[in-house]
Amino acid sequence: MTPEELVERLGPRFDDISLAHGEVTVVTTRERLVEQLVALKGDPELGFDFLADVSGTDWPDRDLRFWVAYHLYSIEGKHRLRLKVGVPENDVHVPTITEVFPGADFLEREVYDMLGVEFDGHPDMRRILLPEDWDGHPHRKDEELGGVRTQYKGGAFIPPIDQRLHK
Amino acid sequence: MPVERLPGVVTGKTADDLEEEVRRGVLLGSLDWAVSWARKQSMWPATFGLACCAIEMMSTGAGDYDLARWGMEVFRGSPRQADLMIVAGRVSQKMAPVLRNIYDQMPEPKWVISMGVCASAGGMFTNYAIVQGVDTIVPVDVYVPGCPPRPEMLMYGILRLHDKVQKEGRIK
Amino acid sequence: MIINMGPQHPATHGVLRLVLELDGETVVSVKPIIGYLHTGIEKNCEYRSWMQAIAYVTRADYLSPLFNELAYCLGVERLLGIDAPPRAQALRVMLTELNRIASHLVYVATTGMELGAVSVMLYGFRERERILEIFEMITGLRMNHAFIRIGGLAMDLPEGVEEKIRDFLEVMPRRLDEYEKLLSHNPIWVERNLGVGYLAPERAIELSTTGPVLRASGIAKDVRKDEPYCGFEQYDFDVVTRTDSDCYARYEVRMEEMRQSMRIVGQALDSLPGGPVMVEDPKFKWPARLKVGPDGIGNSEEYVEHILGGSMEALIHHFKMVTEGVAVPAGEVYQAVESPRGELGLYVVSDGGYRPYRVHVRDPSFVNLQSFRDQVVGQMVSDVIAIGAALDPVMGGVDR
Repeated sequence: MTPEELVERLGPRFDDISLAHGEVTVVTTRERLVEQLVALKGDPELGFDFLADVSGTDWPDRDLRFWVAYHLYSIEGKHRLRLKVGVPENDVHVPTITEVFPGADFLEREVYDMLGVEFDGHPDMRRILLPEDWDGHPHRKDEELGGVRTQYKGGAFIPPIDQRLHK
Repeated sequence: MPVERLPGVVTGKTADDLEEEVRRGVLLGSLDWAVSWARKQSMWPATFGLACCAIEMMSTGAGDYDLARWGMEVFRGSPRQADLMIVAGRVSQKMAPVLRNIYDQMPEPKWVISMGVCASAGGMFTNYAIVQGVDTIVPVDVYVPGCPPRPEMLMYGILRLHDKVQKEGRIK
Repeated sequence: MIINMGPQHPATHGVLRLVLELDGETVVSVKPIIGYLHTGIEKNCEYRSWMQAIAYVTRADYLSPLFNELAYCLGVERLLGIDAPPRAQALRVMLTELNRIASHLVYVATTGMELGAVSVMLYGFRERERILEIFEMITGLRMNHAFIRIGGLAMDLPEGVEEKIRDFLEVMPRRLDEYEKLLSHNPIWVERNLGVGYLAPERAIELSTTGPVLRASGIAKDVRKDEPYCGFEQYDFDVVTRTDSDCYARYEVRMEEMRQSMRIVGQALDSLPGGPVMVEDPKFKWPARLKVGPDGIGNSEEYVEHILGGSMEALIHHFKMVTEGVAVPAGEVYQAVESPRGELGLYVVSDGGYRPYRVHVRDPSFVNLQSFRDQVVGQMVSDVIAIGAALDPVMGGVDR
């Protein structure tokens, strides 16, 4: 199914649907996330039976700060879909999709580890990449890159590359 | 010749004393040399390959760049049977206590080669996750830079370590 | 009884920690604990320019560095709306397929060593050295090349490489036959691999497994055929599947994939188009304007004279190119390529700036490790090694 056909098919179900660079992106809310995924997976024409990726991004300037993107793929129809859910800073909870896609296990743990987004109902919500007692969530934009700062040239502090300009 | 410079204190060596000393010095001197030679000739590395440098280390141990020429092709699985630890690859914060643990389990005498820039100084990863140089955790004898170092570079580092072991020999 | 197969172990592929719960010799459950190689690559990419991030992304899955670069560059090129020239695409295909062969050779070598066939390790690395020599001639490095750039490749092929590749393609099939003679009907190999680590196809899809592990369960999912990139439509090759879903099937799939990759390399070399290897836009072509001097690579003298003595504008432009790089329009894209371990996806998000906003590597080994639990339950302790080896995880990709 081409991306355009996909947009047509999904149009009635989603309010926020867009097509860019040959990819279809839909935005949904966390309340409707699981039911929509079940519908997409069970749909005989769309048949999104494969979860490719779960990743999180931090947009500190928006109302909904943390965005979790689910990349779905259909093995029969060979088409892809991106589903995005946004959560605000003060309530960083998203329902887990491990019931629908067991392959989201490690992926959701990684999003929790790196961004602090908690997935309610996950069988094993712990840190996966960092040590268990680590403080903080590195992929947040207000966390520093870390490492070793160097000071030289007679005490003048030359900022490390993460603090130089270039927007 | 024995002389008495201060009342009651006789210093100086007789010919017999000198002979005795030279003989013992030569004996211990060559024993030193022999033991160091034996230590460097079959230094067994412990497997501590972490990342990309581990693959280059495996290539060095394989057929084309043979480490068996120096008796080092047998990478011991247990650190208790090894005397060289080649830290090959980037050491993350989670791995650091494991590294120290393995180092402590190795019996004396032991040496450490830090292979690659990630192990020597953090490499290109100046960030929260990588230990900026394993010499903050274990004492390092030879640093081999490179990302990853060619097998020849690692071999050069190993040979310099052999030279160091040979020169530093002292019976403990 | 609970045993810990610690992160430092001669037979776990890299720093993978397995906590096994045993009942005698049978495994009741396993908990893989990862993160011992977490490098913060994704966070580090956000602090470098678009072109510099290639050097970071390369080191994620370090046994298939060109695939990481390819996925990243294709993603960024889609965001920019540019296409690499056809010669660059064909060379990208050739380089990545050679990388696939090299990676599968490491699989054969390390699996052989872990299951006891130590001589296979030496043979596998001997063949791999031939490929690494070819890589060194083309890219300058044996591993972690950072050669595939946004808009094409860093440099064109040097002289004499085509001949070397053809020699390799001639010799390699006989060597593969040698491996098969050593292993395929070897009673020890068959005993340790046949029927070990069964993973049902439906369960594999549920767990989002990809790559040889999925294809050994009978499902012909290959990004090169399903969503072709870099002109893969024009090459003639087969997607290798088996139906047994055990470790032996995965071994067969990988051996056959090496042969298919050699076919693709031969076709790419035969039909190599002429032309540039980098987009003509000066914002991207800068590193390619180097010249081979007497001591290796050096600056192009005319170019240096032009920017220093010639126009001020050229100097400013060069300065901006070097320090800032290119600004990529805002948007997000998910680019998938078929790496030796499965579907390698790069999710690239841009906010319109000179640096990536978010780079997420969907690593196949990370996702495939979830199927480890299902495969290992009910097997013996020594099968754990065989299963881990047949999954072929690369911890650099798993932990990033």
